[in-house]
Formats: sequence, structure tokens, C-alpha cells
Amino acid sequence: MSAVAVENEHTHDAHGAEKGFLRWIVTTNHKDIGTMYLVFALIMFFVGGTMALIIRAELFEPGMQFVDPQFFNSMTTMHALVMVFGAVMPGFVGFANWMIPMMIGAPDMALPRMNNMSFWMLVAGMLLMASTLFMEGGAPAAGWTFYPPLVLQTGNALPFAVFAVHLLGISSIMGAINIIATILNMRAPKMTMMKMPLFVWTWLITGFLLIAIMPVFAGAVTMLLTDRFFDTSFFDAAGGGDPVLYQHIFWFFGHPEVYVMILPTFGIASTIIPVFARKPLFGYSSMVYATIAIAFLSFIVWAHHMFTVGMPIAGELFFMYTTMLIAIPTGVKVFNWTATMWKGSMTFETPMLFSIAFVVLFTMGGFTGVMMSLAPLDFQYHDTYFIVAHFHYTLVPASVFILMAGGYFWLPKWTGNMYDEKLATLHFWLSAISVNILFFPQHFLGLAGMPRRIPDYAVQFADWNMVSSIGAFIFGFSQLIFVYVVIKTIRGKNCEKATDEVWEDAHKHGLEWTLSSPVPYHTFATPPEKIPTEHL
Amino acid sequence: MSTNNDYYIPHQATWPVVGVVGLVTLFAGFANYLNGSSIGIGFMIVGLLIFIVMLAGWFTLQANESETGMYSKSVGISYRMGMMWFIFSEIMFFAVFFGTLWYTRNLSVPWLADEVTGTTLWPSFEAVWPTNGPGEVGGEFEPMGAFGLPFINTLLLLSSGVTCTWAHHGLLAKKRDQLIKGLIATVSLGFLFVILQAIEYHEAYTEMGLTLGSGIYGSTFFMLTGFHGLHVCIGAIILTVVLFRSWKGHFTPENHFAFEGAAWYWHFVDVVWLGLFVFVYLI
Repeated sequence: MSAVAVENEHTHDAHGAEKGFLRWIVTTNHKDIGTMYLVFALIMFFVGGTMALIIRAELFEPGMQFVDPQFFNSMTTMHALVMVFGAVMPGFVGFANWMIPMMIGAPDMALPRMNNMSFWMLVAGMLLMASTLFMEGGAPAAGWTFYPPLVLQTGNALPFAVFAVHLLGISSIMGAINIIATILNMRAPKMTMMKMPLFVWTWLITGFLLIAIMPVFAGAVTMLLTDRFFDTSFFDAAGGGDPVLYQHIFWFFGHPEVYVMILPTFGIASTIIPVFARKPLFGYSSMVYATIAIAFLSFIVWAHHMFTVGMPIAGELFFMYTTMLIAIPTGVKVFNWTATMWKGSMTFETPMLFSIAFVVLFTMGGFTGVMMSLAPLDFQYHDTYFIVAHFHYTLVPASVFILMAGGYFWLPKWTGNMYDEKLATLHFWLSAISVNILFFPQHFLGLAGMPRRIPDYAVQFADWNMVSSIGAFIFGFSQLIFVYVVIKTIRGKNCEKATDEVWEDAHKHGLEWTLSSPVPYHTFATPPEKIPTEHL
Repeated sequence: MSTNNDYYIPHQATWPVVGVVGLVTLFAGFANYLNGSSIGIGFMIVGLLIFIVMLAGWFTLQANESETGMYSKSVGISYRMGMMWFIFSEIMFFAVFFGTLWYTRNLSVPWLADEVTGTTLWPSFEAVWPTNGPGEVGGEFEPMGAFGLPFINTLLLLSSGVTCTWAHHGLLAKKRDQLIKGLIATVSLGFLFVILQAIEYHEAYTEMGLTLGSGIYGSTFFMLTGFHGLHVCIGAIILTVVLFRSWKGHFTPENHFAFEGAAWYWHFVDVVWLGLFVFVYLI
């Protein structure tokens, strides 16, 4: 089967990977950079996870146990920033780097030098952000949303956090530009737009979202900086400004931002499910249009995060109805995944297990989203643990599960070694059960009125908080299995060798499976002749 | 679409990391400076120097590669896409500040004087634009009129757009003379704009009492015109580099991405100014 791979061996310029540490600093290879993104994301996942466990340890029972309230608030803030900008987004950029060129038959990313820069800019931005933990006045503690006037009371950390956001923004914009240029300009001649794997499609749309919103966030935090240090009055009513304006700008960024984290999730799920259902993806073009519809809607729903802030009634209604509309394209996707599995000859390897769990659990997160879209009901849910439960259902058993699924799915292709299926299945079941122990009770807590971002709470919330914390620790430590499996697979000792197609008939689903395992350092120096169409 | 074999893929790059180090040093220095630390300025200068060295080195490398014919048409398309999306991100950046101006003028300032908030908290506050808010933050000031330096600046930038296009026509028609003259005119008009804007700012601060601290009017005025001015500076510097490259005989009618990218950027800066002139100065 490796006709293509053999041909590649012969035609590329015989330039393999450099040796030594310096290779990683100066590399322009999309596979190297993809690896660095993924490793970085995994490290940040554990950094952010440790912060989450500090939060859950404090909340294990009522009263103040381990940390002071200021530090607790720093933890909720930094946990969100690290997970969003350090773990989930870079994780998907890592997959984009690795997979997009291989999926569309391109020799590399369109702008390889800029690719290197966006990775190191990300590292620099996260280092700057992390440095605030050790500063006078502590790390930012006003929530990842940085609402003024509260955030303006941050100590020395404020300018560092603002500039960290700038660096992360530059990194994301450069990454997104690179991905868009790659997809639009580097496809193999026969890879037409409507033949592209859905992961590529979702990243094309995600790239657009990133370029549209990261500058908006940069502008918002710049105004925070000038309000604090240069006497401006953007968010100060005394000078004619308005703190609510910040919320509008932030959520104009923030809402598409959450779709930046979910669209590539959809893409990877749409890539994995057909392979293990041994059927073509149901409704390919409707998937593409649904993605575009979700991206469009994401720009006109932002104020549903601010129903309680005080808006004209027309605004409340507009944002309520547009928000409800999102359920339609999202529903299209969920039904398509289900229909793909319908009557398929399914097998349940770990990537598929994670994907099925994603479909079920993400749908639950979606349902609570519909509940909150109703403005009158949201007055009760707002700023309670119900919100926390909702978005964690859409991020942890969705984005994070699919990042894991993608890891298991493509790791054999990258390394040439099969991962340990037994341990991976254990990892899955521990994660899938504990994630529900962790987040499901938070729905009850929220409906009963427990506010978010508090280090102590009334005694009637004690039971479910304890259950949630137990789930958190099981979930957190279960992830160590993943690290062990990944390292074991990379080292390859006592591992089964992966075949070139890795999964049965996978080569019918995507170009990456037509290459040899492990993939050569350079692939598709000449564009592939045949395009697999089973994913359509 | 790419035919792969002729797509130039560099194998190693050192400038990106140098740039990141420069930028993070600059930002960390600036943050330290804002927190009142004495070492801040030093770090800023070092960071800025590293960043400038990176720009010079990276662009020299690109220019040399381009002139030795390493870039196929397909590479050129990638660069053009990159530039277009970069300009789109810049549009979104300016959209934030235009949006802020719109929101405060049309929504939040009137709300501050409406029958609920206004009569309760600030009975004497009237919702008129320009304003420095019910707290009269920054004291009395005089708003910036449209027909003085700003109008001259409008004419300068518009004509620089024309000279830039004239230079482009010269490049396409292989009239090197016209290319260089057009670029000299464009760059001069650009820097003249910056000088006049500096004079305008000086007047605002010394004679009109109009500062960044003059409530929401001063905030939006200086933020919008300031970031625009910064972009004019950047655009003019880019065009200066393009001018020197034209002098050295770079660019052909088929291969001149640097010129095109700079010209797009310049037109973008131009259009933003028209928006500023209408929404900040005129109405």
C-alpha cells in the first residue's frame, strides 16, 4: 500500500531531522512544531489541572481549609487562562500542524518560519502569564474575563497579564493565518474544498474566528491598561465611560473564543467516528454548512453572557433568540454523528470510546446551554455553579476528551507504535465516570443557588461539593495514565508495531493513512494522485 | 494551487526566536516600568533593539531569497494571503475603538443623563458630545476641530494613496524612475502627516487642555488617532524599506510582493483615517 510513501522516500531532498536540542528551537517542520504544541499543551493541562485540584481541595468541605480567598480567586482565574490559552487551543493547533498538511497532501505549512514564531510566542506569553503568580499582589484574581473595575485593583500583575494576552493574541493570529493560507493555497490539485476532511474545514473556520476576535481582546485589555496607567476613562462612568462596555467587547471576543475550542473538536470527532463505524460520514456537506452557521451565529450572541447586567429589553430578546438558534446547526451535527454510527459495523477502540462519550456528554452540555439561553431563566442561573457545570461539560468531556481521542487515534501513525489498548481503555473509563462525578453534581449546586468563584459556602452545599471534589481527584490522577501510555508508545519498547493504515480500512478515509508508519520527516513532496473519499 | 516541488520550504529559522525574545523583553520591561521599577526602561530599550535587529535580519533574508528567485508563484500567493488576513486582524483591532466611540456617544453617555440614572446621580449632567463625563474628569478642554491640521492631514494621506498607486503603475510598466519618484512622494507625505499630527497633539496638550485624561472624549480621541498614527509610522517605515529596495533594483512586474503588501497596508491606513476624520473630527 505504501506506494505513495515509497515514492516520497525517493523524491524528497533526503533532509531528515537535525540532531540535538537546537533542532527544536529553530525548526520549521510542521511535524516538529506540531509535537512541540502538543507537548506544551499537555504540560499546561497538568498545570491548569493542578490549579483546579487546589480549587476542589478548598471546596471539599465548608470553611477555609488550605488557601486564602485572594489566592483562591487567583486560582480560578489562572486555571481558566491556562486551560483556554495554554492547553486546549495549543492542543488543537498542534493537531492542525501535524495533520492539516498530511490531510490535504501538502509538503508543509504555507509559512514555516512564522509557524515557528507562533509557537515560541505562545511559550513566551504563557511564561509572562505564569510569572504573575509570584508577584506582589498575586496573580490576577478577577476571573479570566478581567472585568473592570475589579480587575483594575490587581497588583503588579496587571500589566504583565495584559502583555501576556497581547503575546498570546499575536501567536494565535499568526497560527490562524498560517492555517488558512495552508488550507487555501497548499491543497493537492485534486483535493477540492468539498473533499477536505472535516478537521480541515473546521480549522479553516476556526482560523477565521481567531483572526477576527484576538485583536478585539487585545483592544479590550489595552483599554484596561490605559484606564489603570494613563488616566483614560473608557470603563469609568465619572469620565463618561461605561464598565458594561468592557463586558460587551470582552464577550464579542469571548463567545467566538469558546467556539474556537469546540469547532476543531467537532472536526476530529467527525474524522474518528466514520473510521470506527466503517461507514462514510453522514451528511458531509451539512456538516460543513453547520460549521459555517455556528461560526456566523457566534458573532451575534455575545450578550447572553450578560443578561443580568442591565440591557434594554430589545437587547435581551435579540440575544436570547439568536442564542437559541445555535441549537439548530449543533443539532444537525449531533444527529449526523449518530446517523454515521447507525447500522455501522462499529468497534470500540479508545479513540471511538472517547468520541462516543463526547457525542453524549457534549449534547448534555448543549442542553444546559439551551436552558440558559432563556433570559428569564438565566437570571437564576447566572454566576452559579450551574454555569460552571454547563461550560465544563462542553469543554472537558468534549474538547479535552477529543484531544485525548485524537492523540490515541494518530499516535500510532506518528510513532509507528501501537499504544497499550488495555491501559487506554482504563484511562477512558476512569475519565468518563469521574468526569460525571466531578461535574454532574455542580448542576444541583448551581440550581440550589451556590455562586461561582467562592472559597467557602453555606453548609447545605456540602454533600455535592464533596462528591464533586472526589470526582475531580479521580479525574485528575487518571490523566497520568494518558501520559504513561503516550511516553510508552513514543519509546516503543514492548509495543506492537502499527501497520501503515493503523485502523482497518483507514486509508479510505484520509490521506494521512496512505503514508507509512511512522510517517517520514517530510511527506507529500509531490502531491498525491488519489484522494480518499470515504469521509464524504 | 501548489504543485509542491517548487514550493520553497526553509529548513531552519533563527530569526523568529530572536523576535520572540526581543518582544517579550520589551513587554516585560514596559510592565516593570508601569509598576514603577527603575530597570523597566533598560529592558525596554534592549528588547526594542533586539526586535529591530530581528526585523532587519529577517527581512534582509527574505529580500535576498526573493531576489535569487527562490519564491514560486505559489509562495507569493501564501504571502499575499498572509498579508490580507493580517490587515483583516488590524481592521478588527480598529473596530474595537470605533465601536467604543459609537457605544459611548450613542448609548452610555445618554444613559448617564437619562431620567433614571442621571436625575438620581448627576442631575446637572447633560448628555452632549464631546464630554468628559459627569465627573468632568481632566477639567475643561476644547474639542479638536476638523478643519485645520486634520483636514490638511486628510489631503496629505489621500494624495499619498494616489502617489503610491502611481508608483505601482510605474513598477508594472517597468518605469523604475516613476516607481522611485512615486515612493519618495508617498513616504514624504506619510512622514509629513506624522509631523503635523505631532504638532496637533502638542497644541491639544499645551493650549486646548485636551489630554488622554479628558474623560471619554480625550480617551477615544487619543486612542483612535494615536493607534492610527502609530500605523502610519509603521507603514511609512515599510515603504521606506521598499523605496531602498527599489533603488537597489529589486522587484519585477511579476515578483514584487513586498511592494504590494506595503501598498495594501498603506491603503488600509488611509481608509482608517477617513473613518477617523468623519467619526472623530467631523461629526
